[in-house]
Amino acid sequence: MNKLRKVLVLGSGALKIGEAGEFDYSGSQALKALKEEGVEAVLINPNIATIQTSKDLAKKIYFLPVTPYFVKQVIAKEKPDGIFLSFGGQTALNCGLALEKEGIFKKEGVKVLGSPVKSIEVTEDRELFAKELDKIGVKVPKGGFAKTLKEALKIGGKLGYPLLIRSGFSLGGLGSGVINNKEEFVKMVTVALKQAPQIAIEEYLKHWKEVEYEVVRDKAGNKITVCNMENLDPLGIHTGESIVVAPSQTLNNYQYHYLRKLSLKAIEHLGIVGECNIQFALNPDNNDYRVIEVNARLSRSSALASKATGYPLAYIAAKLALGYKLPELKNSVTLSTSAFFEPALDYLVVKIPRWDLQKFVGAKQQIGSEMKSVGEVMAIGRSFPEVLQKAIRMLETGQDGLLQNGADDTQLLPTTERLFSIAQNLSRGETVEAIYKATGIDPWFLHQIEEIVEFEKSLQFSVISYQTISQAKKLGFSDRVIARYLKATEGKIREFRKKHGIVPKVKHIDTLAAEYPAKTNYLYLTYHGEESEVVTTGYSLPSTANKRKPEAGSRKAVVLGSGPYRIGSSVEFDWCSVTCAQTLRSKGLETIIINCNPETVSTDYDSADKLYFEQLTFERVSDIYEIENSSCHPEGAERPEEGNVALVLSFGGQVPNNLALACFKAGYKILGTSPESIDNAEDRNKFSKLLDKLGIKQPAWQSLKTLDEALKFAKTIGYPVLIRPSYVLSGSAMNVAYSGQDLKVFLENATSVSAEYPVVISKFVEGAKEIEIDGVGQDGSLLIYAIAEHVENAGVHSGDATIVLPPQKLYLETVRKIKYATRQIIKSLKINGPFNIQFLAKGNEIQVIELNLRASRSFPFVSKVTGFNFVEIATKVMLGGQLSGYFRTIDLDYVAVKAPQFSFSRIKGADPRLRVEMSSTGEVACFGDDLQEAYLKSLLAVGFKLPKKGVLLAIGGDKNKLDMLLSAKFLTGLGLKLFTTDNTHKFLKQNGIKSSRVYKISERKHASVLDLLQKGQVDLVINISDGGGQRKETDGFIIRRNCVDLGIPLVTNLQAAELLVSSLSSKKLEDLEIKSWDEYVSS
Amino acid sequence: MQGKLILSDGTVFLGQSFGAENPTSGEVVFNTSMVGYPESLTDPSYFGQILVLTYPLQGSYGIPQVKYWESAKIQVKGLIVSNYINQPSHFESQQSLGDWLKEQGVPALFGTDTRMLTRKLREHGVMLGRIELKAKSGKLKANEIYDPNKENILPYVSRGKAETYGEGKKNIVLIDCGTKENIVRSLVKRGARVTRVPWNLDPLVEKLDFDGVLVSNGPGDPSQAKQTIANVKAMLDKNIPIFGICLGSQIMALAAGGKTYKLKFGHRGQNQPVQDIKTGKAIITSQNHGFAVDTKSLPGDWQEWFINLNDRTNEGVRHKTKPFMAVQFHPEANPGPVDGGYLFDEFLTYL
Repeated sequence: MNKLRKVLVLGSGALKIGEAGEFDYSGSQALKALKEEGVEAVLINPNIATIQTSKDLAKKIYFLPVTPYFVKQVIAKEKPDGIFLSFGGQTALNCGLALEKEGIFKKEGVKVLGSPVKSIEVTEDRELFAKELDKIGVKVPKGGFAKTLKEALKIGGKLGYPLLIRSGFSLGGLGSGVINNKEEFVKMVTVALKQAPQIAIEEYLKHWKEVEYEVVRDKAGNKITVCNMENLDPLGIHTGESIVVAPSQTLNNYQYHYLRKLSLKAIEHLGIVGECNIQFALNPDNNDYRVIEVNARLSRSSALASKATGYPLAYIAAKLALGYKLPELKNSVTLSTSAFFEPALDYLVVKIPRWDLQKFVGAKQQIGSEMKSVGEVMAIGRSFPEVLQKAIRMLETGQDGLLQNGADDTQLLPTTERLFSIAQNLSRGETVEAIYKATGIDPWFLHQIEEIVEFEKSLQFSVISYQTISQAKKLGFSDRVIARYLKATEGKIREFRKKHGIVPKVKHIDTLAAEYPAKTNYLYLTYHGEESEVVTTGYSLPSTANKRKPEAGSRKAVVLGSGPYRIGSSVEFDWCSVTCAQTLRSKGLETIIINCNPETVSTDYDSADKLYFEQLTFERVSDIYEIENSSCHPEGAERPEEGNVALVLSFGGQVPNNLALACFKAGYKILGTSPESIDNAEDRNKFSKLLDKLGIKQPAWQSLKTLDEALKFAKTIGYPVLIRPSYVLSGSAMNVAYSGQDLKVFLENATSVSAEYPVVISKFVEGAKEIEIDGVGQDGSLLIYAIAEHVENAGVHSGDATIVLPPQKLYLETVRKIKYATRQIIKSLKINGPFNIQFLAKGNEIQVIELNLRASRSFPFVSKVTGFNFVEIATKVMLGGQLSGYFRTIDLDYVAVKAPQFSFSRIKGADPRLRVEMSSTGEVACFGDDLQEAYLKSLLAVGFKLPKKGVLLAIGGDKNKLDMLLSAKFLTGLGLKLFTTDNTHKFLKQNGIKSSRVYKISERKHASVLDLLQKGQVDLVINISDGGGQRKETDGFIIRRNCVDLGIPLVTNLQAAELLVSSLSSKKLEDLEIKSWDEYVSS
Repeated sequence: MQGKLILSDGTVFLGQSFGAENPTSGEVVFNTSMVGYPESLTDPSYFGQILVLTYPLQGSYGIPQVKYWESAKIQVKGLIVSNYINQPSHFESQQSLGDWLKEQGVPALFGTDTRMLTRKLREHGVMLGRIELKAKSGKLKANEIYDPNKENILPYVSRGKAETYGEGKKNIVLIDCGTKENIVRSLVKRGARVTRVPWNLDPLVEKLDFDGVLVSNGPGDPSQAKQTIANVKAMLDKNIPIFGICLGSQIMALAAGGKTYKLKFGHRGQNQPVQDIKTGKAIITSQNHGFAVDTKSLPGDWQEWFINLNDRTNEGVRHKTKPFMAVQFHPEANPGPVDGGYLFDEFLTYL
């Protein structure tokens, strides 16, 4: 093996639909493998919220865009001798392919490690791919490839309708779909060809099964399939949108091994080195098949397969890329057997995607061949009903079972709610055969769902008995659902269960179905078992072996993770959870993580001493708490020591935070700020009273139960008003009403989603700045803090805002006031742990809008920018440590900007305008010597392209036009051609700025705005709407939507537009410095 | 109906009956495969054994036509699973697993903690056990349980008379020690003619016209198959190309003068990694054996061919110069991966 010295690893950038947290998992494992081999790793990834961009994993980190330009600069500077392209999703792969084409790797002497670029190219080009597989007699779907509409029509005519179109080089199947007629065909092909140079047109294999294999191959040609997975949804529903089960359930031995053989054959022919994924379509009526695609890189499926089997795919792929052969490597779970093996599961897993389509105005609930989900959960158990019901609860969508969950649509369309529709249909007596015909979901799954439904129906006629409860638990019912039917309380059911010994049992995931013992503690709970497996306490991981020996009876801490990624809660909370767990371990505590999201690092079984891949519900957390408490037997002690286990609820976002009061009432020990204080912060009434007492201002608000009350109150405080439910996460159902009419419309939506809680209406302050303070309190005093300002004025959700640290435009007076108010709040709530407060500032007046007594979304950002690890500090404080010191977090010599990543292109018909409702799916942060440099870098990192041709200005409202005047002048100064519509054109003309007038769409004349966009004459659109939430504004919507569909950079916020223009005026691409994290932040 | 599995150490596992309602006894072994229950249950190598399947859902795709089975009937004495799927879904399914077991008179239990049972067998080693379907407990006496290792059981699984398959020019005598049908299919598919003969038939004495011999898989302790060992030894002496599979491999080793021994809990599954120690090439194999060849006991002109990458036990031996090859795993698969199929091609080149 040629010893490598330095390897460059490309990350995947911000989380987006189709490319999310799974690449933090794969990148982190790759870095771990490099570290183990003593190879210096250099990472490029602007996603500051990831674990891979933490200290210690990579030697050097560049928070820069993963684009050919920046990667080239880093290569020139760092001179690595190898590069990993397959751990950063499609972003990294595409970037690598572009650099290869440019000849950069050859020129700079950088070896592409893992699968050769040639293999990757074949898998990425559908035409080449079909040709190659044909050579070895492996079937792919019939059809052809088109570069033009004319070519497409020719192929389409031959195949007939319905048919399927797909575009190459796509992540998550963008621009793909089932086409039913020629009209639809022309429309889709036109859009798809704008996104990709070539599309595939294929036979539509209606209701064929979709099956995937994860394949690993070493350079010597030794190969295995690590896992196969079957989609519950038939072909035509993107695998990222499908409910997936592993291993396959409806394939017999012949089919399983036939597809396995084809997988190995294809991968051998393609010459993959490392990991890849192969997708098949399988005819349910015979053994006919097609290979749909091969992903020659780590993928979402491979992350799922890793968690489903315990086989660390990314880690092994990295080792193989470094030249190892599979038989030379060990099974990371048993530590005794070989890594050349295929995991045998003695459980099954179900993955269900999580959608957040209600966050998008105009989005459709229908699912199909394009990915729209933003996250996923994975449930483990020993029967399908048990696993399915677990997974439903894990989604954290408020649904607790198949029936009675608020889903009342019984149409059998493929929508995000289809599982519930099917259950409803079965409940009404529809037959499995009929549902199979309508949906193509294999009767096997339908029979299993039917079993749950039948039992649930019978529950209402049952009484509390051993038989009923035991059966219900085996079928995966929660205590809460059982209690609802048996007219009891959740607590009573639990009490009965424990008395009768109906408790879940702990089982290991050991990769070999108990054939060899596991040395790791990767655990799940099941009601299908008699024996709880004894878990080795104080187990040390190979990497930390001998470093730490917890003393007998040492305390345990259970860290709750964040559950499925969703809009408003994603990888940032995984970083927080993992960082907390690391800190707890370093302090000698036995550390336990509970989480259920397969895209995370926290669910790597070596992130803590024990991992429970489980639900974050009160019931399950209680189960685990009791199991862990009862196994706390210090030497010589007869009974477990009370309070030896403590829960950590502060780092997994809102989900664990919401459990605080219930856990407290149950008498569980909780680290950090008292749950009563948490309740005082979360409960608006209590919090408001506190602020009044402290003399801290807040926007006028009231909690209201009826529409009339609301209208009356809104009139008193004056419009606009903000509407929101009381327990808020990422502003679900939040909105701004500009009039009584608006309010009426919104209230119907808001109240329907929060029946238990009254609606809160507050004054919406216009033109105010929004400021956040993240920090750690220690016994009621302020230990460390970071103040960051939003670029956008209040009205844009803090998760969608561009955030600057340290603040560049705040008055010292404002900062002083914020610090003072913060100190008062911390003192009065005796905060002992992480917190986040959001302020509004107008002039020098500040108002508090929100307090979170937990780590916030921006904790990784402020930690990595200031160089002080806020989570580590908070964890130490929560353990009772007395910390002191001066932390310089304001007067920094650099600026960092956190920018949101949007995935609007995935959500057909959604309006991409920024609102109080959060809609971004991820974020990046970049450093610069000044605000402009950091801002431009961060924009480029979320896919922005610098304008070279022309800019369309569509500005609503006189004030906005006036504010944009200077910016318009600057834009012409940059040599960019300005295009404007009617009023903006007149206004600029009056002010001496030349612009070309185009017609509004509603004017029905040419050249229209649409012509301009579609002909590619502009490469930047600034569209500022004039206030107004629900106001009809068709032209603006069409402009914005076309920008998204055509990939034209779009700015919809005035302050962001101003900052963009000032940045473009002061910096060119070449001016952006190539500096690593440690060159900015010294520690 | 409630039932139980009582192990020879007295441990009792409860379950619900879903097969025939008669008691049974045998050697309790576990298999970690995730697919292939019709193939496993009809594999004669399981004769005399109660099979525990570690994959928790069984019966999902029903039972296909007899032409897909590995022998004409269910060979196991009993079956233990965690969850039984009574509503199968597959285009090839003819009946449910439960109905089939009932039809064939084989008892089966579901609802058992199969992982706990497997862990027990792993720690303790395979044990004898009995399935009972009436309320009766207490420690079993060893003589109440059937032990398939205590007698020569090949007569129970081998066909009584010779039969020929295929039309090829080359004729292979398949010594049926309880052969899986797929060994026959694998050879015929490759253009060979197969003459399947009973376990104790000596092809030399019978003066058959043949080009090579395949000694099949089968159940039990190989040292009990004395007649077969003697017949194989005679053929080794005549330098006739011989391929041994599983029990056949053990019989060949014994015929060559080597020794076999019983493994603690054997290898039963479809994920067993073996490596050709000469080429370094590794493949995933299907396995079902409780005994292994002691490589060190073999004469000097034999060499180790394959090893198991998990526990380094022997997975195949071959003669250094003569056309004798033997593998412990199942190149014919069914159930399991087909990676080892190339070995049939290799054997055919010897003929």
